[in-house]
Amino acid sequence: MPMSQTIDFIIDGVEVSARPGQTILQAADEAGIYIPRLCAHKDLVPHGSCRICTVLVNGRPQSACTQPVAPGIVVQNDIEKLNNVRRNILDMLFVEGNHYCMFCEKSGNCELQALAYRFGIMAPKFPYQFPARDVDASHPDIYIDRNRCILCARCIRASRDLDGKHVFEFVGRGPEKRVAVNAEARLADTDVDVTDKALSICPVGALMRKRQGYADPIGRRRYDHQPIGSDIEAKRSATG
Amino acid sequence: MAKPKIATTSLAGCFGCHMSILDIDERILELVELVDFDKSPIDDIKEFHHRCAVGLIEGGCANEENVRVLKDFRRHCDILISLGECAILGGIPALRNTIPLQECLDEAYLNGPSVYNPAKTIPNDPEIPLLLNKVYPCHEVVKIDYFLQGCPPRADAIWETLVALLTDKPVDLPYDLIKYD
Amino acid sequence: MSENWQTMVKDVCARCGNDRTRMMDIVRLVQQECGCVSGEAMDLIARQVDTHRVEVESVVSFYAFLSNRPKGKIVIRLCNDVIDEMFGARRVAQAFEQQLGIEFGQTTPDGLISLEHTPCIGMCDQAPAALVNDVVVTYLSRDKVGDIVSTLKSDPDPRKLVHKLGDGNNASELVQSMVHNNIRRKGPVIFDPLPNGEALKRCLALSPAEVIRDVKTARLRGRGGAGFPTGMKWEFARAAAGAKKFVICNADEGEPGTFKDRVLLTERADMLFEGMTIAGYAIGSDTGILYLRGEYAYLRAFLEDVLHQRRNAGLLGKAVCGKQGFDFDIRIQMGAGAYICGEETALISSCEGLRGDPKNRPPFPAQKGYLERPTIVNNVETFCCVTRILDRGPAWFAEKGSKGSPGTKLLSVCGDCKQPGVYEVLFGITLAELLKMVGAEDAKAVQVGGPSGQLVGPSDYQRTICYDDLATGGSIMVFGPNRDILPLVDKFMEFFIEETCGYCTPCRVGNVLLRQKLQEIMAGKGEAADLDYLEDLGQSIVTASRCGLGQTSANPILTSLKNFRGEYTSRLIEPEKGMKPTFDIQAAVREAAAIAGRGPAHS
Repeated sequence: MPMSQTIDFIIDGVEVSARPGQTILQAADEAGIYIPRLCAHKDLVPHGSCRICTVLVNGRPQSACTQPVAPGIVVQNDIEKLNNVRRNILDMLFVEGNHYCMFCEKSGNCELQALAYRFGIMAPKFPYQFPARDVDASHPDIYIDRNRCILCARCIRASRDLDGKHVFEFVGRGPEKRVAVNAEARLADTDVDVTDKALSICPVGALMRKRQGYADPIGRRRYDHQPIGSDIEAKRSATG
Repeated sequence: MAKPKIATTSLAGCFGCHMSILDIDERILELVELVDFDKSPIDDIKEFHHRCAVGLIEGGCANEENVRVLKDFRRHCDILISLGECAILGGIPALRNTIPLQECLDEAYLNGPSVYNPAKTIPNDPEIPLLLNKVYPCHEVVKIDYFLQGCPPRADAIWETLVALLTDKPVDLPYDLIKYD
Repeated sequence: MSENWQTMVKDVCARCGNDRTRMMDIVRLVQQECGCVSGEAMDLIARQVDTHRVEVESVVSFYAFLSNRPKGKIVIRLCNDVIDEMFGARRVAQAFEQQLGIEFGQTTPDGLISLEHTPCIGMCDQAPAALVNDVVVTYLSRDKVGDIVSTLKSDPDPRKLVHKLGDGNNASELVQSMVHNNIRRKGPVIFDPLPNGEALKRCLALSPAEVIRDVKTARLRGRGGAGFPTGMKWEFARAAAGAKKFVICNADEGEPGTFKDRVLLTERADMLFEGMTIAGYAIGSDTGILYLRGEYAYLRAFLEDVLHQRRNAGLLGKAVCGKQGFDFDIRIQMGAGAYICGEETALISSCEGLRGDPKNRPPFPAQKGYLERPTIVNNVETFCCVTRILDRGPAWFAEKGSKGSPGTKLLSVCGDCKQPGVYEVLFGITLAELLKMVGAEDAKAVQVGGPSGQLVGPSDYQRTICYDDLATGGSIMVFGPNRDILPLVDKFMEFFIEETCGYCTPCRVGNVLLRQKLQEIMAGKGEAADLDYLEDLGQSIVTASRCGLGQTSANPILTSLKNFRGEYTSRLIEPEKGMKPTFDIQAAVREAAAIAGRGPAHS
């Protein structure tokens, strides 16, 4: 495919040039336009489950992480209608699990929390569900805290596609859906390793290395001062 | 003109949020210029004496007494603020919410590893308020007007919010002050 | 004993070619033999087909009819959808519990009988109904429960429960079912006589492009409800690169209140298979798959026999009707209890031996579907229409019905009407005309298109049934003047929460929250702002959900809010200023008071 071939389209009024085969999210990232997302990760195949990256493509809702670019499309991203939907989805994730930020080791580096900061969420508008979920601390170096899991499938995809294993998979359906491990029950009985990419790719504190909590002091954590997405937006302010 | 009144309370909390109120340091002198404290552990006034402009609630509702106090605050305050994670989410006390109440009591008074209770009794004096089936966030019991996140909320966030409310300005906290931990 | 089961599992896997994509067949067969798919069985299956144990667990845990724990030799699945409950399913449920001494979700101590609930099994015209293993029992009552239980206890063969056979092919040797067709109105497209194989021969005299042209000229649109132009779908698949392509028939009729595909499978199986064969010829495919919902397993042997006869008659197999170069055969893929598999990409996932999760689009199935090959998925009724189009010609078909919706539509009508059953009507019929036809002129409300459709009231009865107005895949549920609306809405939400795959956030979480708020309103704890809450949350689910199920799952709430708002507002209260009416102090201290042996709360 010739390098010169580009696909031109518009996001939030800005003209963007993309390469064929890119998703709207990838093209927006390169153009310095941040589309909020949780399940999407640059090293993973798109999953399209969290729905936070929902944008309007010629007026129709699509997930930006799965939708390929097309010539001449008009994409709306940073509009109140969608930001309201995103706040609602974030609220849903907060009340669906048990997210105790005050003692979570991921706090400050957590993408769910950072998105809620970015959207200025002070309290979920939905009632907390307080589900009974378990913690698997069987492994000497790693634990799973399912209270914090948001079912984004990052660990599943990373274990399969980056680590060449198959440590994690979803089981159950609907509200009972959860991440299971490739063993009778315990993480300790899988071939997971403390160096697996599947661990560090978890956006929340569900999949953690033991004895590494609170390594960054408050004030020096990833999202303490800069909202999530600032790195992407910096590209645009640098070039524009 | 009389100064506006504020009231504070700690329900199922640890008083950490009240510590954070005191953490506004020397600005507490400015605060007492702006307001009078009514019912509050800070001045040890036990019951409301006046209608208050602002009520600050620390902690969630773990028992019937918490509910009574919270409703009392709602009836006496124009604006209620949920202060901190326990008021907003239930916080640490809400960790019991996934465990049946009887199990919680048994663990706390009978079976816990550090329990010394040869009489094997679970305290049950009529003066002790009954526990609720779970710890409720304050906004599930009464209407809450503002939420200040954090464990505890930063003193600057408390200060900025109070000053804005008392001077009729919009509450618009900077990014650095919205923290859930 | 332990070696026996291992041999059996290995044998099942071998019979399925040790092929991971045949996982649905493997786990169904293992469960049939062992009563469940245990953890050990999952391990062994994973080894045999070269996958991971958790993959097998992932599939088994997805489908309602599969289990990793042993159940009774006989599983009674009582349908608890809206219609069945309207006709006494709750009393029937109580009778089962009393007779068996167990609750739903439990198994009798002797391991004989398990009791479960299941959503719509496609028998709303003869409700209440249940599945006893694969056997359908209909028109249940408290009295019949006693007979059923005593019969099963004396002879644990569910076939013994069938005393009187239904009409038509329900009485055939291979079905032997008490199910009734209840065909109330026959129309020209589906129910006119059809000589077997004639349409197919006419098709084979044309070029594939001409066949697609005819389907397009007839302006046939998908009968599942969405109404995508069938010819266009076929054209995409024909144009897609690749030598291997697939034709799939979606017989996973799961929308509550729908049962017309049941009747088509029973009475028009040849017409259906002929339509699939025509599709195979048109898109260049040699393989068809009928995805049959687990609830219709009682029709499987019969359908296999129809396929067998068609092979014998040269209508399937090598060189169909002597047409050199056109080989086509059809196999049946069983489902296992998952409404979501009616969504075409979820259905494909299931055929591939995976969880019934919908797939991301694009790519669309016509480009990359089953096993990543170009695939068309059409509804049972759509294929039947194709056969008629080739039989009578596209012009004949196109002039029937309404302008944007040519042809006829099969409707499954149930609920508070005199004559529940299947009606073949011309598109464009008004709801009022239909209600008169079925004996329900006094209807208070009609659910058009099942829970994912719309709840409409008398002010909408002059509207027409067609793709451009009131679209429906066939479900028409009628609610009489004395029905309370919100409990119906609540049942529909229960259904979606039960059936969501849980893949995406808004559908998995949002519907649970919607239903909670609805129940608060029903309990007299709602306030005016709650209607905005429902609207806002519902719209977020519609906007952000990933597939058709999620995008329509808030419809029961949203359409009843629109058309029956008074049912909500009449229940709203004005609480004490500043207080949350949903908080109930007495309920909150009940447990502690009981533990402490004290009276009610003070505050």
